Amino acid sequence: MSRAPLIVGLALIAAGSVFVALLFGSLALTTAQVFDAIVRPASGVAADVVWQLRLPRVLAAFACGGLLATAGVLLQVLLRNPLADPYILGISGGAALGALTAVLAGAGVAGGNLAALAGALGAIALVFGLSFRAGDWNLHRLLLTGVVLSAGFTAIISLLLTLAPQAQLRGMLFWLMGDLSHAEASGTAWIVLGGVVAAFTLWSGSLNALALGALKARALGVAVGGLQSALYFGAAVATVAAVLLGGSIGFVGIMVPHALRLAGVNDHRWLLPASALVGGSFVTLADTFARTVWAPQQLPVGVFTALLGVPVLLFLLARRP
Amino acid sequence: MRLRAQKLTIAIGARVLCRDLTLELAAGELWGVLGCNGSGKTSLLHSLAGLTPASGGAITVDDRPLANYARRELGRSLGILLQREDQEFWGSVRDYVTLGRYPHARSLFGWHADDEAAVESALAAYELTALAAQTYVTLSGGERQRARLAQLWAQNPPLMLLDEPLQHLDLRHQLATLRLLRAATREAGAAAALVLHDLAFAGRCDRILMLYGDGRHATGTAAELLQEERLEELYGCRVRAFGDGADAHFIPVI
Repeated sequence: MSRAPLIVGLALIAAGSVFVALLFGSLALTTAQVFDAIVRPASGVAADVVWQLRLPRVLAAFACGGLLATAGVLLQVLLRNPLADPYILGISGGAALGALTAVLAGAGVAGGNLAALAGALGAIALVFGLSFRAGDWNLHRLLLTGVVLSAGFTAIISLLLTLAPQAQLRGMLFWLMGDLSHAEASGTAWIVLGGVVAAFTLWSGSLNALALGALKARALGVAVGGLQSALYFGAAVATVAAVLLGGSIGFVGIMVPHALRLAGVNDHRWLLPASALVGGSFVTLADTFARTVWAPQQLPVGVFTALLGVPVLLFLLARRP
Repeated sequence: MRLRAQKLTIAIGARVLCRDLTLELAAGELWGVLGCNGSGKTSLLHSLAGLTPASGGAITVDDRPLANYARRELGRSLGILLQREDQEFWGSVRDYVTLGRYPHARSLFGWHADDEAAVESALAAYELTALAAQTYVTLSGGERQRARLAQLWAQNPPLMLLDEPLQHLDLRHQLATLRLLRAATREAGAAAALVLHDLAFAGRCDRILMLYGDGRHATGTAAELLQEERLEELYGCRVRAFGDGADAHFIPVI
């Protein structure tokens, strides 16, 4: 069944969410002003606010949400576990450990990002190395290795938080809860998002077959080993790109794919682009709340993704047996 | 096409289920695989389909080793009906059956007319046309089994391995399935091997493979192997035959 109208509808919603996000902020702008600023980029204060202050952050939020939702879809197929989310394999734990260590050591934003990247790549290599041995790709071992490693990272992070001086504690907590207030340059994240969604949408036939189980997929002619490795690294790259941008924003990766599946989108050809669009719109709106509800105080966006996500998912679960 | 196993040995841990088995599944043949629970029928089928490596021996499809086939290419020649599927499928019955066309897909998006025709004829063959739009998980056990058979039908491989194809089916659908398999082998030149526990249907197979679960095995025509003494040895219980030839019925003596 063609779901093209659904994708068009979701793209419109995504555009709407970006517009709403541009509308709200510390400086009150009218719809007409924002519209005018978008059409004519160099037309005064409103245009400067929209193009230089709000748009980078909105684009970062959207990319972050899209990446997390996409990574969630990929990991749910790979692990054939509905509870899989982008953080289950310890990637965010590794990134958090790197980033917080850098904050403690007094590194700047660039140093923090570099350390987070190093931590995430270390976690990816460790989990993959421990669970993939000599062609034997054991998914239970992969899942358990990730969960155990995450628990280890959490312990070290708690230790760091306990030892951290008061002045740095707040920034560290925001990083852990997911925070987009320092996110600006999202170019790389957008490239990763486009690449991962496009690649796996083209591969959607194999993903649909793999959802029936590895043995069945192999019987139907899927080269399962290569596909599983691609899924792991695709999800890992997407998660790293998202975490570097916004820290550990929770709930998007697990909620968005499930909401779409419960709404009847099962074919990965549509599920992947739909998840990217819904995830992006969702985090964009959540971040708009986070910026404006308590203004000028900025709240961590992760709090709002959970506050908005929990009732939506509970409603969807209650609606269907 | 022709599936050939030479000196095939299947062992699980230290236990050898089947030793030095040589058999050829040739076009037009319908094989029945008989044996007790745990005698290695499923393991044999998985090895023949290249899903799990055998402990020894060689398997070829048209004289080419299984390992030399790309998985997708093999999927066009050889299909297997698994005994169990652990995974839930949340799409419709038609979506499920369409996955059987995976090895035939020629474009990344959408299906060609012959794919759709194969799916429709598979749905019709297993009386699923009326259920096609329904969600797969809402089907009963027997209906799911028919959907699984229809998926193999849509895949349409010349070599078919079916692990308990008749499980969960009512009498009419058991008969219909056997007729479809007979037609596929006799008329369309396919070859199929069925794991069966029902000796009435085993009598309709061209050839029988018996697995004793301790490494021994026997092959022969149904008339040769479906005998009281042979079945008593295979199943480890007393068996009495009623009737002769292809119409013989075997009843366990209580």
